[in-house]
Amino acid sequence: MDCDKTLHRMYYYLDGEITVWRRWKITRHLNRCPPCAQGFDFELELRQVVATRCRDEVPPHLKRKIAESIGIEWDERPQA
Amino acid sequence: MADQATFADLAMPYMDALYSAAMRMTRNPADAEDLVQETYLRAYRGFGGFKEGTNLKAWLYRILTNTYINIYRAKKRRPQESELDDSEDFALYRRIGGLEAAEAERTPESEVLDAMPDAAVKEALESLPEQFRMAVLLADVEGFSYKEIAEIMDVPVGTVMSRLHRGRRQLQKRLFDFAKERGLVPEPAAHPAA
Repeated sequence: MDCDKTLHRMYYYLDGEITVWRRWKITRHLNRCPPCAQGFDFELELRQVVATRCRDEVPPHLKRKIAESIGIEWDERPQA
Repeated sequence: MADQATFADLAMPYMDALYSAAMRMTRNPADAEDLVQETYLRAYRGFGGFKEGTNLKAWLYRILTNTYINIYRAKKRRPQESELDDSEDFALYRRIGGLEAAEAERTPESEVLDAMPDAAVKEALESLPEQFRMAVLLADVEGFSYKEIAEIMDVPVGTVMSRLHRGRRQLQKRLFDFAKERGLVPEPAAHPAA
């Protein structure tokens, strides 16, 4: 598995949508190839940024409005 | 007859996530609120048709997506979307200096990412054309699999993969553009021979 092939399959690897065999080969390549490993790490970090930064909290009035419109009582449940 | 309490217990906890997705889709809070409210109404009415034990989150997102398509896409109240050019892989990473070593001092890639304000990341995602934006948000914000995304967007898995790949590349490019505008990416040192 060379760098080109590894990088080409990066998204499938990170998405967990890859065969066991290919996953093993890519992991092995990453263990031996710091530049590719860094590329993968960066992509992972970028995804974390997207996942955590693109979040909004639903405004409380909307929660109440929706609860009312489907006819339920919905209080904020305290965390267990 | 939908069981109100069961629906509440199961579906209400997803409201933050659905609202975030609605914000990325509609790009304004008023429409996002309407979209989420309509989604919950439809979900509640259709709850009798939901098979217990199957993927509720994907089911809710399917309703959200369909509702968005039915109501909001038609409105065309959207600002100009950027064209999706075929960006190279790793646009952001290469330029910051990962795979191709930059000259002189360079800001570490992580610092550039850290320095991005939330608003910039949201804006970058929202600037993607709709189909690509939805694929990226379903995969990278919500963690759905290719198969789940295919069901939510009602397209083949191959289409999902293609939209994801291109959408992610474009997202990197937009983030890089932003970083450059904000001076977060240092200019490479001038070549003496240039």
